[in-house]
Amino acid sequence: MKRKSKHSIPTKYTLLVLTIICVVVMFISFTLNLSGGPLNSVAGYIFVPMQKGINQVGTWIVNRTDELASLKDVMQKNKDLQAKVDELTQELNTIKLEQYELDNLRELMDLDQKYPSYDKVAARVIANDGGNWFSTFLIDKGENDGIEKDMNVIAGSGLVGIVIDTGPNYAKIRSIIDDASNVSGMALSTADRCIVNGNLASMNENQVIQFTGLKCEDNAVKTGEQIVTSHISDKYLEGILVGYINAIERDSNNLTYSGTITPAVDFQHLQEVLVVLDKKTVHNKTSKGKD
Amino acid sequence: MRRKFTVFLIITICFILQCTLFQALAFASISPNLLIVVTSSFGFMRGRKEGMWIGFFSGLLLDLFFGSVIGFYALVYAYLGYVNGFFRKRFFPDDIKLPLILISASDLSYNMLVYLFLFFLRGRFRFGYYFLHIMLPELVYTILVTIVLYFMILRINQKLEYIEKRSASKFV
Repeated sequence: MKRKSKHSIPTKYTLLVLTIICVVVMFISFTLNLSGGPLNSVAGYIFVPMQKGINQVGTWIVNRTDELASLKDVMQKNKDLQAKVDELTQELNTIKLEQYELDNLRELMDLDQKYPSYDKVAARVIANDGGNWFSTFLIDKGENDGIEKDMNVIAGSGLVGIVIDTGPNYAKIRSIIDDASNVSGMALSTADRCIVNGNLASMNENQVIQFTGLKCEDNAVKTGEQIVTSHISDKYLEGILVGYINAIERDSNNLTYSGTITPAVDFQHLQEVLVVLDKKTVHNKTSKGKD
Repeated sequence: MRRKFTVFLIITICFILQCTLFQALAFASISPNLLIVVTSSFGFMRGRKEGMWIGFFSGLLLDLFFGSVIGFYALVYAYLGYVNGFFRKRFFPDDIKLPLILISASDLSYNMLVYLFLFFLRGRFRFGYYFLHIMLPELVYTILVTIVLYFMILRINQKLEYIEKRSASKFV
């Protein structure tokens, strides 16, 4: 601006106005659970293509350097793996037999529908949280690809997180290791429920997250037990692997157990994720439960 | 107009680098905070008003993409830019001490505020841990980046001021 008007507003008043606007918007977006709306679209169309571009270049460079570095390892690994393949083939045969038996039994019990195959869409991670406090990230698919808020995100066989906001061409995901994340989980073998909450400190220290309030029989759940998402969660689909119990101990109330979980997903090297397009349908829409 | 466009470009580049490249270059999962450097340096180079607006828009960007509520980061960054603007009179381009001190102080107070509002209030009381393992490493890393980034911003600003002065004198 070349010309300045004579009566420009003093900066402190502008600051005051900005403060009020921010506080009101914070309050509104917190209580009504709103997101940026049109701002999301504008920002999405400007920034997401650039993030994608940078990421492609970065991935390319990393891949090339990795290729060079790993060539030596690969030779050695190849040998080891060949031995492993033999071993596993044998194991597989046994499992196939068992699977056949299981299928038969399932058919008998009419349990075919317990784990339906969900519709999934693959997406690429394009940006991580700019700060060091939270673990949210962006993927390169959004509303245009049918992604909605509260959809589950998985990678490999494990749970990554949940979609908390969408733009036309991107979606924001909160991972389960985020400090503000809570997931209702259960122990696979005993179906005892617990709450899995992400924790920045424990994640930084030994790559684990915490679980609390596991009610079970005396020492029924042990280290190494699989924790999956529970059937009572209103946002997470049932039976997705969260991780394995790393340490467990009885709480001082003598009723519940708590401890740490090693997540099933490697969050450090997350590049591609799958978004499950089926949402868990809950009838009472008003409940603002765990997310 | 030229200035606005340039500043927009700087914010964009820093934001994108911060959430892509520097996340990949993170040491012990700590990455530097480039937007603080931008906000703070424009604050003490150009005064309260510009610092405030630049901070506001940098924060808004973070809010839209990564915030849990819209407006929190915008508010924090706006205040940081505004406060940095008070030091404009003490700022001399040749002296790196003041910028370093101001940027460090801004980064530290930003992290303190984030801790206070987003962690402390949720019952995460291990301040010592978060201070040693999150705030301090980020501070060191940010200072390292500042040494490069600050001089780039300084040059760009000087060039802009030079062009503005020339066109203003032509106008008279």
